[in-house]
Amino acid sequence: MSVLIGRETRLVVSGITGREGEFHSRAMQAYGTNIVAGMTPGKGGLRALDGTVPVFDTVAEAVRETGANTSCIFVPAAGAPDAVLEAVGAGIKTIFCITEGIPVLDMIPVVEEVRLAGARLIGPNCPGATSPGRAKVGIIPGSIHREGRVGVVSRSGTLTYEAVQAMTDAGLGQSTCVGIGGDPIIGTQFLDVLKLFKDDPETEALVLIGEIGGAAEEEAAAWAAEHLAAIPKVAFIAGRTAPEGKRMGHAGAIISGGAGTAASKVAALEAAGFRVAESPTELPALLRAAGFRG
Amino acid sequence: MKIQEADAKALLLAQGLPVPPWEVARTPTQARAAAVKFLGDPANATGKVVIKAQVLVGGRGKAGGVKLAGSADEAEDVAAQILALEIKGLPVRRVLVGPAADIVKEYYLSVLLDRSTRRLMFIGSAEGGVEIEQVARDNPAAIVYEHVDPLLGLPDYAARELAFKIGFGPHWKAGAAIAKGLLKTMLAYDADLVEINPLAVIREHGAQGTPVERLVCLDAKVTLDDSALARHPGHEALRDLDAEDPADVEARRYDLTFIKLEGDIGCMVNGAGLAMTTMDLVKRAGGEPANFLDIGGGAKADRVAAAMRLILDDPNVKAILVNIFGGITRGDEVARGLIEARGQQEREVPMVVRIVGTNAEEAAELLRAAHFETAATLDEAAAKAVASARATAA
Repeated sequence: MSVLIGRETRLVVSGITGREGEFHSRAMQAYGTNIVAGMTPGKGGLRALDGTVPVFDTVAEAVRETGANTSCIFVPAAGAPDAVLEAVGAGIKTIFCITEGIPVLDMIPVVEEVRLAGARLIGPNCPGATSPGRAKVGIIPGSIHREGRVGVVSRSGTLTYEAVQAMTDAGLGQSTCVGIGGDPIIGTQFLDVLKLFKDDPETEALVLIGEIGGAAEEEAAAWAAEHLAAIPKVAFIAGRTAPEGKRMGHAGAIISGGAGTAASKVAALEAAGFRVAESPTELPALLRAAGFRG
Repeated sequence: MKIQEADAKALLLAQGLPVPPWEVARTPTQARAAAVKFLGDPANATGKVVIKAQVLVGGRGKAGGVKLAGSADEAEDVAAQILALEIKGLPVRRVLVGPAADIVKEYYLSVLLDRSTRRLMFIGSAEGGVEIEQVARDNPAAIVYEHVDPLLGLPDYAARELAFKIGFGPHWKAGAAIAKGLLKTMLAYDADLVEINPLAVIREHGAQGTPVERLVCLDAKVTLDDSALARHPGHEALRDLDAEDPADVEARRYDLTFIKLEGDIGCMVNGAGLAMTTMDLVKRAGGEPANFLDIGGGAKADRVAAAMRLILDDPNVKAILVNIFGGITRGDEVARGLIEARGQQEREVPMVVRIVGTNAEEAAELLRAAHFETAATLDEAAAKAVASARATAA
């Protein structure tokens, strides 16, 4: 088993005929992801990815015709919130929004609609998720993974690749890797993913990769202390040297009014039983030190 | 993007909020003209004007950037003093001139993004005029929080509830209207934060010289969402270029995220989280990062060359660390950009390059042929960069 995605994933890609959408759809398909449909308004009836994937004008039609159950959105920022709403309206329950640079206020009613529909949004501004050996949705390079039993959750993109590569190199495979996104308003938080991992019988260890800004790492740590006490857990927090009041690339990565510092997150995670690495390359050794034998 | 008080007040006024009159002056003569107008205003109960430096840093008052004047001559003198100031490194180029308020009571009211509930939230307090963080520490019970419904906004009843909870007394109707106005301002301009401190009850002279009290926005702080600037073409004019490094402007042109820091090791990385991590590891290896620089996803050779120019423009830089984990970004593209940039650069600075992921092998070949120093791991790259910086400094 895995969380969020797996062999049962039937993916519809919004923006499949765009430059980014097509490039990454090819990579997803090559990894083994079952892409059943694409959606680009006005291009219904065409076939994408060398004729292997039918394109529809609407997500609703794609769902009706192909039984798509998961959506991946590569639509530009101005249209991405609408693309999420369209996926929700079509009844899709797992939606990945890769798009970055969406105005923050646009996402507030969208995450509420997602919640009311009982669906789950991952992102925006996220790299997606990979369930090694089964499926990948988004833009994480498939080559860095190895099948295994470590669940990885991260707010970052390339930093996640760094950590995952380090684990793969050390022989530690992953059950699922999830990038939740670097924006201030995201659909799925650390805590939500930890809950999924807790119920996944194949996930036997956890890696949490956070960064400065907000309090999501602290909230996840508090929950993990109570519900994930027995499982080996390690973490890494980026931004120990970041100055206060500056937005460090990610719209959500900012220390304001003394809150959201790396020190506060490290302390909360350590108090909750996480071993916190000072470099992502140390994560595999720490995980073994925490008792993981996978 | 932070904007100056006068610009923030203009946005509030445009949304119908009560803001006392003001004028912006760039010279002492302009300040004098504005002072004459407000000193002669029959509503002005104090008979004075306030002159406030317009700079994007806190603590203007303590730095001598906020002063009162009782006559046109004094206003001109005070404005000249303030316009000659540099506050926390920023030159004062504009002052705000307005009637000095006769303050009866100060409140605090703001609306901001609450990330954990994913909603907008009001923060209010009857203890205004001081930093809200201070109130939160000293008297947390004096702070009122109210979330905004993500679909309905702030209905009238919720605005009234907020006003009563804060305790505006006889001014509760005005308080509720101001709360709605702040939210309207936030939505109209895609702001991250709209903060009024103080929101004050002030006393003015009414029609027959009788005192009249009203609730007004005495100060205003607004920050705008950088991701929404594209749909508000007017916002670009509100950018305070004095608060920026010249490098910031160049970085925006090439779509790079660049933040200048104090150290001597220039960093070039793809991805924000990895860029922060690279800085952290430089520090851990005993060095100090000179900057945060995210070249973003899919960077081509020209963007890489522009990033290198930005790093080298900082005279403190003694070594450069390039750390690329190729996903969308192709390692060979970055390597080509580095080789091109080195061919053009005016000063010789040691560079350590680590490129892994997509097309890393092609990149390694290019770098080897061009005699670049490379590193296999992030920790090794940081250690080598720190050693190079020390060797250059020695």
